[in-house]
Amino acid sequence: MDMAATPPTRWVRPKRELGAIAKLFDWKPFLVFICLLPAVGLLLVFLTYPLGLGIWLAFTDTTIGRSGRWVGLENFEFLIEDRLWWNAVFYSVFYTGIATVLKFGLGLWLALLLNHHLPFKSILRAIILLPWIVPTVLSAIAFWWIYDPQFSIISYLLIEMGLRDTNVDFINTPWPARWSLIWANVWRGIPFVAISLLAGLQTISPSLYEAAMLDGTTGWQRFRYITFPMLLPILAIVMTFSIIFTFTDFQLVYAITRGGPINSTHLLATLAFQRGIPGGQLGEGAAIAVSMIPFLVFATLFSYYALARRKWQQGESDD
Amino acid sequence: MTDARINAADDQAGVDPALARKVSAAAAAERMAWDTRSRRMVTIYLPLACFVLILLFPFYWMTVTAFKPNAELYNYRENNPFWITSPTLDHIYHLLFKTAYPTWLWTTMIVAVCSTFLSLFASTLAAYAIQRLRFKGSQYVGLAIYLAYLVPPSILFIPLAMMVNWLGLFDTPMALILVYPTFLIPFCTWLLIGYFKSIPYELEECALIDGATRVQILREITLPLAVPGLISAGIFSFTLSWNEFIYALAFIQSSEKKTVPVAILTELVTGDVYQWGALMAGSLLGSIPVALFYSLFVDYYVSSLTGAVKE
Repeated sequence: MDMAATPPTRWVRPKRELGAIAKLFDWKPFLVFICLLPAVGLLLVFLTYPLGLGIWLAFTDTTIGRSGRWVGLENFEFLIEDRLWWNAVFYSVFYTGIATVLKFGLGLWLALLLNHHLPFKSILRAIILLPWIVPTVLSAIAFWWIYDPQFSIISYLLIEMGLRDTNVDFINTPWPARWSLIWANVWRGIPFVAISLLAGLQTISPSLYEAAMLDGTTGWQRFRYITFPMLLPILAIVMTFSIIFTFTDFQLVYAITRGGPINSTHLLATLAFQRGIPGGQLGEGAAIAVSMIPFLVFATLFSYYALARRKWQQGESDD
Repeated sequence: MTDARINAADDQAGVDPALARKVSAAAAAERMAWDTRSRRMVTIYLPLACFVLILLFPFYWMTVTAFKPNAELYNYRENNPFWITSPTLDHIYHLLFKTAYPTWLWTTMIVAVCSTFLSLFASTLAAYAIQRLRFKGSQYVGLAIYLAYLVPPSILFIPLAMMVNWLGLFDTPMALILVYPTFLIPFCTWLLIGYFKSIPYELEECALIDGATRVQILREITLPLAVPGLISAGIFSFTLSWNEFIYALAFIQSSEKKTVPVAILTELVTGDVYQWGALMAGSLLGSIPVALFYSLFVDYYVSSLTGAVKE
């Protein structure tokens, strides 16, 4: 009716009469609600709620099959006196620290190498990402076999080359086991770091390097004053991710040593699992898991503020 | 630095031929001084070859072990461990016909595909709402979803195990299908927001003027244009759910419902003597689907990885 009443332009808005349901779906607030419902609903139910539940559990003495009662800080007091927990804290920090440094050092080097003009560049990139694609547990099993006390291929190589007389003891004594796990983690982490940093490197304009070369800089100076600062923002993001997921790592350790020998390689996550699921002490396991949160918050803030928050990196001035 | 170079240039007629060559090369503006062949060999190709060798070696070792007969596997003295003299399919045969391996593969596949579709559905809608419907506070919802990605599974698995129990889902693949989206949705949403941003808004405005409803716009304009983004998100989700370990370990008890990574570790490792051949064959077969999937879409994969990092 209305449409017929607009003759001057003779233009008819091609709008069909919408049914009530279609109209409802065209009403923006409702549409926003419907669109967000699946994602936000799933995340609230299976992420936010369990996060809260986990924190609550940490203050109870819940076990499998028995709902717990509130015990206040008892779980944490117990942990403070628990040598195993301190061990796990130490190894988690050590593991994260060393692995992050190695991963980023080697990853940056690999990214710089890949940034040259190379033949078969895309194939090379695809190959390099493989360790990151393959399920961690499966490559961890491969490492377990590589670290085998009797049939380790590394031992074989070292003995053949005459560098050693006996097999290397990779995972049967505490310190070698700790280092072996770190190397496996570094092996798995390098591709992700390298490929992300490579993406960062490719956004740096070549004209900066040309200008610097006209000024007669050395390779190191170009790296120190151009590449590195330009890379910092992306470095900060990748590092935050890497730290969080290394600190809470579970698969590698569980697959290769299960926390042994003599509990020396427990990370907080594996200790929480051991106490919580097979051990049945859900409350205590949750307390161990919750004790990771302060470290995570600190690590995130550190890498974020130390690396990403300086103005000149955002391109606001040309220092 | 500059002074030094000028001095060097002044002395160019002088004695040191190596220095002279270096300086003249630096003077030729486009040519990079260090780009000589042998130097390139040592500083680029050699380290790169080492990296590739080390990164690939575990896979090579996995493959070699999977096809080696036991007699060779445990005897380095008479056989070169790097090669197989008489390859065998025994380990693979054992895996496929003497264990529940095909069932594990099937379960993993179902879980990965279902949770991928569930998360793609949820995150496409969410990304569309956040990026295109632009309601009040949409960037905060986006930020909250992004932060959800930073919550690691190691913190959540104990309370989630309790919840799964309450819901009566313990020991069912359904538990995994419902829980995996917690880490898939944040990632996919984040990726798709970035992708939607690259689709010109004008297209939607035109459609609005032509009287299309929002649902029509989403279905007929935005989604077809976002297909590459959807593919990236899909591959990523599939890989992530194929690789997931801790939830599958905590929620699934009975052997035939386990996923491949968990089953290999808990079902194939029996007793004190490890069946390395079968273990490696299992790892190899379990890696192949993702590796295959990945190699088909490697460009999408890399672009989504780097795109997501850059966002």
